[in-house]
Amino acid sequence: MNFAAPLLLSLKLSSVTTLLLLVLGVPFAYWLVFTKFRWKFLVESVVALPLVLPPTVLGFYLLIVIGANSFVGQWYESIFNKPLAFSFQGLVLGSFLYSLPFAVQPIQTAFSSVDKKLLEASWSLGRSNIYTFFRVILPLSRHGIITGCVLSFAHTLGEFGVILMIGGNIPGITRVASVAIYDEVQSLNYGTANMYAAILLSFSFIILALVYFTNRRFTRTM
Amino acid sequence: MFIVTILIFGFSLSVQAGDNILIAAASNLRFAMHEVCQDFQEENPSIQTKVSYGSSGNFFAQISQGAPFDIFFSADTTYPELLEKEGFTVKESQKVYAVGKIVLWFPKVSNADPDKGFQAVTFPTVKKLAIANPRHAPYGRAAEESLRYYGLWEDVKEKLIYGENISQTAQFVHTGAADAGIVALSLAISPKMLHEGRYWDIPDESHSDIEQVYVVLKKGKEKKSIRKFLDFIHGEKGGNILSQYGFVIPGTGENGS
Repeated sequence: MNFAAPLLLSLKLSSVTTLLLLVLGVPFAYWLVFTKFRWKFLVESVVALPLVLPPTVLGFYLLIVIGANSFVGQWYESIFNKPLAFSFQGLVLGSFLYSLPFAVQPIQTAFSSVDKKLLEASWSLGRSNIYTFFRVILPLSRHGIITGCVLSFAHTLGEFGVILMIGGNIPGITRVASVAIYDEVQSLNYGTANMYAAILLSFSFIILALVYFTNRRFTRTM
Repeated sequence: MFIVTILIFGFSLSVQAGDNILIAAASNLRFAMHEVCQDFQEENPSIQTKVSYGSSGNFFAQISQGAPFDIFFSADTTYPELLEKEGFTVKESQKVYAVGKIVLWFPKVSNADPDKGFQAVTFPTVKKLAIANPRHAPYGRAAEESLRYYGLWEDVKEKLIYGENISQTAQFVHTGAADAGIVALSLAISPKMLHEGRYWDIPDESHSDIEQVYVVLKKGKEKKSIRKFLDFIHGEKGGNILSQYGFVIPGTGENGS
């Protein structure tokens, strides 16, 4: 089997998931920071669930929701003519939910730590919310957004349980690097498993080192 | 950076559609099927085979949830039948392709004596006995039946560790995590395991026949390559590989061993 395929698939899944989280996570985090909604704490709890839930819980419910016999599954299949479960798109959905807190929480923290006086200054100068967001909040939250992206990327790369449950272990489609390790061990190919494991280990370490490095630089310049 | 990677992968996506066969195979076939596919692809370079291995019960669940396999090589007859009933298969495509055997396997480091037969599992040197999970692995079911047949089930119950499928079970004993294991003969005589331990053949009469059936799934209905692949399995080359791995091929009686 092609050694690089699971690694490339992992990178692709992480990239797509991170991009989605960035596009949807930023407005969502903004809403969480500025809403007056009194049940906000419930929404925040739901977002944080993947931090504490076993991946099998998420995987199990996802499989029920997107499986071929479900409403969502059949609706998806009637439009795209292929099932959502056991497909790359299904994995993206699972990874999106699974990594949601890793994107939203750092961005939310960054947004809420922007000095209120700066926002009021912008508003009192007649600038709109949108202008204020792009010219004041976003630049000041740069490092929180980068942290959110990097963490979601790394977390998706390290995902295993959810993927095994909703994706199976299909070569080229859902066999990502973490699942390939599991598969190679069962094939008694400890050498190959070790290579995947070492690559994931070094990659994760480098990513985290980068996060901590940029955080350190950021706190210094404060 | 992410956008660039997405663009690159976006292009690679379109390459995937070709004449390929997606196979779900019971994990006792792990090494045998690999060889079958290699030889098949040598003869048919235009066809790509992709195999996913797991327990038959797990595949049953995945296929009924819409997993996109073309053909399913089960380790039993039950799961293909259930799939047929639920309408996931091509009608009347079920066929027995092999009959499996189970063995009691000891890692080289173990000082258990395989010649003592099944009684060896009751010895204190065997602290952990690995079997496949009988709830969704046919080979685990056969292992349980055999243990019960010899009246050993109650004695070893506390020692059992369950592999998710038969190749994980083999991995447990292969690594020495378990002191003994009941695995498929097809794994025990694979090059990976043959010289790493010793085994004792578990008599066939102690469990129901492990008749392994394949079934073509709806997704594979239109694929001509499937017919070619099945012809290969039933042909001389495919049959030889399977019997080399200890399977009895239906219609040929005994295997070579």
